[in-house]
Amino acid sequence: MAGALTTSKASNNSTYAGLGNLLMLPSWLVIGFFLVLPVGMMLIYSFLTKEFRGGIIWEFSLAAYDQFFFDRGLFGDDPARIEWTYIKIFWRSIWQAGVATFFCLLIGFPTAWFIATRTGNSRSIWLFLITIPYWVNLLIRTISMKFLIRDTGPLNEFLISTGIISDPIHIINTNFAVQLGLFYSYLPFMVLPIYASVERYNFALSEAAADLYASRITTLRQIILPTVKPGIIAGCILVFVPSLGAFLAPDLLGGAKTFMIGSLIEEQFKGNAGNWPFGAAVSMILLSMVLIVLTYYARQQSKSGER
Amino acid sequence: MAKKLDIRRFPGFLPVTYLCLFLLYAPLIIVMIYSFNDSNSITNWGGLSLRWYVDVFWGVESEKFKTAAMNSLLIAVAAAITSTSIATMAATAMLRAGKFRGKSIGFALINLPLMVPEIVTAVALLIFFSMIGFTTGYLTILLAHIVFCIPFAYLPIAARMQSIEEVYEQAALDLYASRLDAFRLILLPLMTPGIISGFLLAFIISLDDFIITNFVKGAGIETLPTAIFGAVKQGIKPNIMAISTLLLLVSVVFVTLSYLVGRMGQNKK
Repeated sequence: MAGALTTSKASNNSTYAGLGNLLMLPSWLVIGFFLVLPVGMMLIYSFLTKEFRGGIIWEFSLAAYDQFFFDRGLFGDDPARIEWTYIKIFWRSIWQAGVATFFCLLIGFPTAWFIATRTGNSRSIWLFLITIPYWVNLLIRTISMKFLIRDTGPLNEFLISTGIISDPIHIINTNFAVQLGLFYSYLPFMVLPIYASVERYNFALSEAAADLYASRITTLRQIILPTVKPGIIAGCILVFVPSLGAFLAPDLLGGAKTFMIGSLIEEQFKGNAGNWPFGAAVSMILLSMVLIVLTYYARQQSKSGER
Repeated sequence: MAKKLDIRRFPGFLPVTYLCLFLLYAPLIIVMIYSFNDSNSITNWGGLSLRWYVDVFWGVESEKFKTAAMNSLLIAVAAAITSTSIATMAATAMLRAGKFRGKSIGFALINLPLMVPEIVTAVALLIFFSMIGFTTGYLTILLAHIVFCIPFAYLPIAARMQSIEEVYEQAALDLYASRLDAFRLILLPLMTPGIISGFLLAFIISLDDFIITNFVKGAGIETLPTAIFGAVKQGIKPNIMAISTLLLLVSVVFVTLSYLVGRMGQNKK
């Protein structure tokens, strides 16, 4: 590596020094105009008044957030009680995403470990095999899952023909179906960051533990897991965050009882509810939750960086 | 030596890895198999046939799917070209322009589309477009796709640029090349594998998107995923499985290409 020469030169006078902001201008324009600004407008929108037939009135109102948290009776003049409907939907989403994350970790960790301990070429082939399904259209993957687990689908037919069960197991439209769908959608996201952590793991640590008569399980618990923790946290976040706002899995694999945040938001804009300020408010609440998780993650990362 | 192997191996991890691959691939493979089913129902197996592929291209619904596929393709190409160019410039700023004000916030900005949940982006864009009075249609879909393709194009491009040492460009400057020439004649050719790989990933990401497109597309315009979703809402029909298989193969081919191009570049180094 000619690193020494390059870095000393690059830090003083990079090839395109002074052009940084010019080169960043297109990114600023596009992402600023079509993401940052829209999110800002969504925030404003969530504080506007809903018009009777779907539109909005430019008047400040807390009605959207009020509808989310409080129940004021049919005519709005009862004393405010806590509205559980939407909190329940959020709680269910957190639960579903959490279960999916747990199963991803259960399958993803051993897989990542196994791949990271392969050598050279076979390692990159294994990794490639794990990544391919991620690039396949999420809609198509969800449809495949729906096809597979429906009452008269291949899974039930197979189980019946082998005599394991006599009546089809009803999976579709249950919470389990949604968890399965989320698990299936985001499993590769769990494997990749854990793999990256294990790859950097110093196996001399395991060797030292083994020399000191630690059992495999003790080594795993006391040495390996704490060391690769940043990768595990990253994987959990990469699965949990998109699962939380998922729309396709609850919509295609679930039913009315498996309503999640994504479905609630979609209903405000595309469905029958047609309450845009409320949809904007729910989106803001979801976004805040995601930002809290990501901030926690950033803190963890910087902490482990200090160590 | 035996001991060294021992500490790396946990009993049961190999079967779990096979299980993981099985879970990832089984549903896709089953749909592929059933797309060749010669039966009107999706449940019964009626022997092998290509009839549903014929139906996709020449059947009753073929016009609808062809139009949708054409829309998807045009939008994906345009979004991939634009986002790749933007990402290339951004990577040059991040890796070749030294320190400048707004660099770290710029880096956060590029990754922002990955952080905001898709459905939130979708809602924000729908509200934005309707507020400024933009008619939803091709342009709104394209703009939305460009935004979320940027981080995906950025990753392989930045990875590639990081592996190219700056000495080559510095040498060109020492020999009185202009900075534009150094970029055009030195950096860009060396970067080509990264740029192609970024382009291909952006292309697939755009081709695959359903949620954001569904919000900003407006009435009357369908991309392939929204058309498939609409059809599936009325139940999975065999022709959907044929289309899904085709789209799945397109994705696999593109990812494989992107992977091979990326590796080719590394071997040359």
